[in-house]
Amino acid sequence: MNIQAPYTPAPHAGVYRYDEFDREFVRQRTEEFRSQVQRRLSGELTEEEFKPIRLMNGLYLQLHAYMLRVAIPYGLLNSDQLRRLARIARVYDKDYGHFTTRQNIQFNWPTLADTPDILAELADVDMHAIQTSGNCIRNVTTDQYAGAAADEVLDPRVYAEILRQWSTLHPEFTYLPRKFKIAITGAPNDRAAVKVHDIGLLAKRAPDGRIGFEVYVGGGLGRTPYIGIKTRDWLEERDFLAYIEAVLRVYNELGRRDNIYKARIKILVNEMKPKAFIAMVEEEFARVPRDTYGLDPAIVEAIRQHFAPPPLADLPARSDRFETDYAEDRAFACWVDGNTAAHRANGYRIVNISLKPIGGIPGDASSAQMELVAELADRYSFGEIRVAHEQNLVLAHVRLDDLHALWQALVPAGLATPNIGLVSDIIACPGLDYCALANARSIPVAQRLSERFADLDRQFDIGRLQVNISGCINACGHHHVGHIGILGVDKKGEEFYQITLGGKAEEDAAIGSILGPGFSSEALIDAIETLIETYLKLRRDRTESFIQVVERLGNAPFKEALYAAA
Amino acid sequence: MPQKIITANRLIDGEVVWLGPDGDWVEAVAAAAIFDAAALEVGMEGARRGVAAGLVVDPLAIDVVLRGGAPVPSRLRERIRAFGPTVHPDYGKQADGKGTHP
Repeated sequence: MNIQAPYTPAPHAGVYRYDEFDREFVRQRTEEFRSQVQRRLSGELTEEEFKPIRLMNGLYLQLHAYMLRVAIPYGLLNSDQLRRLARIARVYDKDYGHFTTRQNIQFNWPTLADTPDILAELADVDMHAIQTSGNCIRNVTTDQYAGAAADEVLDPRVYAEILRQWSTLHPEFTYLPRKFKIAITGAPNDRAAVKVHDIGLLAKRAPDGRIGFEVYVGGGLGRTPYIGIKTRDWLEERDFLAYIEAVLRVYNELGRRDNIYKARIKILVNEMKPKAFIAMVEEEFARVPRDTYGLDPAIVEAIRQHFAPPPLADLPARSDRFETDYAEDRAFACWVDGNTAAHRANGYRIVNISLKPIGGIPGDASSAQMELVAELADRYSFGEIRVAHEQNLVLAHVRLDDLHALWQALVPAGLATPNIGLVSDIIACPGLDYCALANARSIPVAQRLSERFADLDRQFDIGRLQVNISGCINACGHHHVGHIGILGVDKKGEEFYQITLGGKAEEDAAIGSILGPGFSSEALIDAIETLIETYLKLRRDRTESFIQVVERLGNAPFKEALYAAA
Repeated sequence: MPQKIITANRLIDGEVVWLGPDGDWVEAVAAAAIFDAAALEVGMEGARRGVAAGLVVDPLAIDVVLRGGAPVPSRLRERIRAFGPTVHPDYGKQADGKGTHP
């Protein structure tokens, strides 16, 4: 297909605007893949030869069909890009897409023959599927409230984009021992789960105003979960790339390549012991040439311009119109309380759009829903959309005055369930319904659980509770860091589910611990309800959350409640 | 040995297919050829020819039980491949009249 004229996203769309170099690179990769697909279909390439190529372009083969994972750089989309994703879902897939815990989107039913056309459609809007598979530096993830959050120290998108540019064509790091995930947050309240990534960056500002980062390395979930170790309490902004380069060099040189299960950097860090690992990184860091890897303030500033704040109006902190709607419409008030967050500017809120309707599939959005969100983003939030790792969408800059109209538009589309952070806001991987690696289903568990707790008053009473479900030990559903984590296993051909308690993904991240023997699919939902009822009995008052009770009392009372009767 | 059928994914579109009695690749599990131990290697040889011809990828022999004379995969994973996602009755084979979850 013909590549169209350079695409120009709306100004202030909150996404990085490609230059001609980026654009040409993606176009060339698309045409290269088109040729490779043709060679595969003609028999010139075997599957063994072709498989690494298709994976490097985000194309997996899953249970039912191919699956295309499209990169959403640090979870940011403009409305045209979201419309394009909707179009791809409608034309080439089955009219829906699945937003993932990596802030990406997956299409579950594309054909191999169509994939080059899909990639060309993506390239038209400066998107691609590169770095969504393989042993490379994957799509960098960040805070879905970036550039809007009231608690933000700096805008993490700037540094996420620097990492994207640095990693995309880095010749040394295209064949690492294993995949490599970097997350960055610009706020002290970590919404990007940085401590369970290969590298986690937590931005901070020194008393004298300088920008720097705390660095964590070796975090990760999967078969061997670890919280990252702090390798630097302070990393100067100018050394940002040089230090990350040093970490990657050490990993690339010493990371194991003999065993896929021991190849992530977390294993290297723990086998070397943190002290020795840190020393080696510092040694390498001293060698990294600063003229090449020092962060030039002019470049940082140029990238920062891409993420300049949208033209927010100078508004009063209070809106009479909003206050009236809030007082008169209880359902609206519930949604405001549950699904919106403080914005740094007076008169604005950050809006979370829940992709977790009761009984729905976490993270799924139909083409029509994507198009509606794109339209609402144009109307109310400067045409930008973010994807949260919790598999929801975000409109980051909505006027208080507009909240009621926005909510009214979301309700009929099933996009206004006021459950953000509550028991039915479940993170779930695709599980055995789609995934070739899974041992058990995740989605039906999430559906039954949200149906069991469908009553919103009950959910509000329970309060903040993160339930995460993975269908296998690879932990795409982040079960280790759920307050309640559920891991599906195959036990002699039957689905069984192991429960962990006490995990969390924030700045005080922790890995949950296993409660005891697993539960059958039939018994699982009752078991989760028992845990929640136990919490309600044990909490001091409504301000003490589920995770706080687990931290105060440990697993014992929950274990007793769960297993005593058995 | 339990009775077996041979499954794969079609190269061009990823569609789940099974080796049929005539050596072709069929889209409904009920139409799959059933192999006993003695015949399985012959079937796998046919599957490998399908790979070499660029028709299918990742052929695999799987266990089945017979229900009403038709093969039904023993493992849940293979039943999901055979009939479609359990959470989306409107997608997959179940939506195309090519079988339903037992």
